[in-house]
Amino acid sequence: MSDHHNETFISKYIFSLDHKMIAKQFLITGMFMGVVGMLMSILFRLQLSNPGESFAILEWFLGDKWAPGGVLDPNMYLALVTMHGTILIFWVLTAGLTGTFANFLIPLQIGARDMASGFINMLSYWFFFAATVVLLISLFVETGPASAGWTIYPPLSALPQAIPGSGLGQDLWLISMTLFIVSSLLGGLNYIVTILNLRTKGMSMSRLPLTMWALLIVAILGVLSFPVLLSASLLLIFDRSFGTSFYLSDIVIGGEALHHTGGSPILFEHLFWFLGHPEVYIILLPALGIVSEIISVNSRKPIFGYKAMVISLIAIAFLSFIVWGHHMFITGMDPFLGSVFTFTTLLIAIPSAVKVFNYLATLWRASIRFTPAMLFAIGFVSTFITGGLTGLILGDSALDINVHDTYFVVGHFHIVMGLSAIYGMFAGVYHWFPKMYGRMMNKKLGYFHFWVTFISAYGVFFPMHFLGLAGLPRRYYTNSAFPMFDGLSDINEIITFFAILGGVVQLLFIFNFFYSIFKGTKATENPWRSNTLEWTTPIERIHGNWPGKIPSVHRWAYDYSKPGSDKDFIPQTEPLKEGETEH
Amino acid sequence: MTNLLIILIAFLVIATLVQILRVGELLSEVRNLDVNKVTEKDNKTQSFLMGSVGILFLVSCVWQYFSWEHLMLPAASSEHGVTIDKLMAFTMILIIVVFFILHIILFYFLYKYRKGDDNDVAYYYPHNNKLELIWTIAPTIVLTVVILYGLSVWDQITNADTSKSQVIEVYGKQFDWMARYPGEDETLGSYNYKLVQGLNALGVDMQDEASLDDKLTRELHLVVDEPVLLKLRSQDIIHSAFLPHFRVQMNCVPGMSTQFAFTPTKTTSEMKEQEGDSFEYVLLCNKICGAAHYNMQMKVVVETQEEYDNWLSQKNTLSEKLITKK
Repeated sequence: MSDHHNETFISKYIFSLDHKMIAKQFLITGMFMGVVGMLMSILFRLQLSNPGESFAILEWFLGDKWAPGGVLDPNMYLALVTMHGTILIFWVLTAGLTGTFANFLIPLQIGARDMASGFINMLSYWFFFAATVVLLISLFVETGPASAGWTIYPPLSALPQAIPGSGLGQDLWLISMTLFIVSSLLGGLNYIVTILNLRTKGMSMSRLPLTMWALLIVAILGVLSFPVLLSASLLLIFDRSFGTSFYLSDIVIGGEALHHTGGSPILFEHLFWFLGHPEVYIILLPALGIVSEIISVNSRKPIFGYKAMVISLIAIAFLSFIVWGHHMFITGMDPFLGSVFTFTTLLIAIPSAVKVFNYLATLWRASIRFTPAMLFAIGFVSTFITGGLTGLILGDSALDINVHDTYFVVGHFHIVMGLSAIYGMFAGVYHWFPKMYGRMMNKKLGYFHFWVTFISAYGVFFPMHFLGLAGLPRRYYTNSAFPMFDGLSDINEIITFFAILGGVVQLLFIFNFFYSIFKGTKATENPWRSNTLEWTTPIERIHGNWPGKIPSVHRWAYDYSKPGSDKDFIPQTEPLKEGETEH
Repeated sequence: MTNLLIILIAFLVIATLVQILRVGELLSEVRNLDVNKVTEKDNKTQSFLMGSVGILFLVSCVWQYFSWEHLMLPAASSEHGVTIDKLMAFTMILIIVVFFILHIILFYFLYKYRKGDDNDVAYYYPHNNKLELIWTIAPTIVLTVVILYGLSVWDQITNADTSKSQVIEVYGKQFDWMARYPGEDETLGSYNYKLVQGLNALGVDMQDEASLDDKLTRELHLVVDEPVLLKLRSQDIIHSAFLPHFRVQMNCVPGMSTQFAFTPTKTTSEMKEQEGDSFEYVLLCNKICGAAHYNMQMKVVVETQEEYDNWLSQKNTLSEKLITKK
């Protein structure tokens, strides 16, 4: 059966029902937002390394009002920090990463013609698009975009008297987030149903590639946790606009005693982090899945301990629901509760350690082929180790007292979550680009992109640990107000230098991406000699994926370099030979 | 005009890049090579880079430590801070050792196990339950130690005996701090946010007798080696009272009162001798609170009982302040 029907420009490229096109829509929107978010970070890094100095670029982007004379306004600084976090966490690493690879890979890797519901899938993208538009509009409102940090703790986010960004900008932020959550839920339900119901003949759960396991678990996490953020946001909207007191109590601001009593900001923190912590793993797990796949393919070796990898994914996901309190050790939460959260948080180190050891065991006696995708997958393993280890300090309530909300935290989560996930995303794009566009990305640019990114990313985030250990709080417009931080300006200059270098080299990636879409060398059907089902589809990407019957599956996805075979990979579609055991 | 020029230059740079890439790809097409296929030579270069950049990265970590170590916070100036510092040193050593071991293994494998020619085949080794068991149990044992040690320190800090502590209220608002001392009756008077007005900046209830001798100050003075219990409140939004030198941090949340107990052990003048004349203890805000968040600070002074009594006796009580005003 061929699903080749007549398509107009609009039904093919805009309101497309084809999961592959929707994936590309997520990817390109995510990349665009990535550039916006990264640019914001460069703008505020300029202020942090050269406080009070005038930069033409600041005035050029922000105008007279927010950068008078080229010097960044403190309120705009907070707005940039807030929007940078929001965009990178939700738009790039949640929608951009999961939206792209769940949509693209799920039907292809489980052997389905499309998602369970192509229409819901399309809605998911267009809700995301609407969320993007609202968020971008909020950048241009008169009082500035939301500025209360990406965690939008009330009362700061509830009171326009406290900070101008908590006016219309915060309203738009909340509306945008509501649309975003709708998009994420529609997508997530679709991913779960598709993986559970539409697997092709022979594709048992124990034969699913690890990418599929990761994306399935991520979808479940999202469906369980995003509604909580939705309710937290709705209550905040009530407090802001309808005079309720869920989060507000006993407040005097601008010389006026507000009527709110009985609410608690701590309630918001609990609700927020009930999403917020699983969210970290919503970002990380797809990258773990992608990287497991890419490391195995390019090591020409099965992923070590497939079952342990699946179990540790499930363990991490489960634990991620009962650790949210480690963001709140010093909020005045009951210290006993702090002990419980310390215990559960540090437990996550066990499945994470298992994953790292399994990656190392996979590389042992491998036959490593260094594609650009593989380099980024390796970068992931390195950042996962580095950032994961500092988690042992932050997860320990007693130690958290003194590093909480300092640059130590900024360094930690950028490495373990930000870099790891973005490396996973780059790895995925380099690896599956031939399947997405039928062409190859340029290898040399890919290598160059990796090395400059790898060096500058560590150059930005590793020194931040030292800033944190010197006691420097995050979200400070400048550290010049305290003589005790005077010695830190060298470190800040180094960080800004690498931030700009790392930012510029991403433009090269974007160039490579678009150049290769149109002019890249033509790809073959299975350029990486890989086992999974997507590489059995023809180079012409058709709606319905396979021109004839859907292939059936006879083995797991990791038969690389299996003895007794004449080539170093055996696709999943190949039946077991007589006397061959599965694995 | 400049904008136009910038756009033009960007355009030219992109066009040049496109042409360079095209030439490279056309050349290899002529030579019948697949330009984007990873060759044996690529594997050699990249694995060499992995090994060498890997080593450089680890060396740079060591370099950063030795060049910036002097910028780190000095040893804790409080009793519980010393136990935190010990726990920190223990955890740090643990993670630094693991960091180096894992990275050295990673970079070594990447260097050693690169793919050679087409006949180079990896070792088929899908799983080994014994190994999995070992590297599940090993981190479990290490973490048990870390968790138990951490929780015992946490328990000491949060369950400290505060019956003999001097109670001081620290009050945050956009963008400064105030402290309230209980006066001779050693009891802080009650408060109500609706009473915040003019000189009564903390909304203290003057009907309450305990309030009359309370004193408001703009600096936080503490007596060395005497336990203190900070009661924290906020007027408007969440702030966080962060005293890095004492390893003390606690949020100030509107609508509730939070607390932190500790005992300072080094006077300001001792610290000046150790760290230089410009040294001051400081309480800073560590929760995003608006435009001047970065400058929301209060001077903290640790001194002898005598100096402290002298300082406090010069401050007016609330009743003096508010009644003279009237």
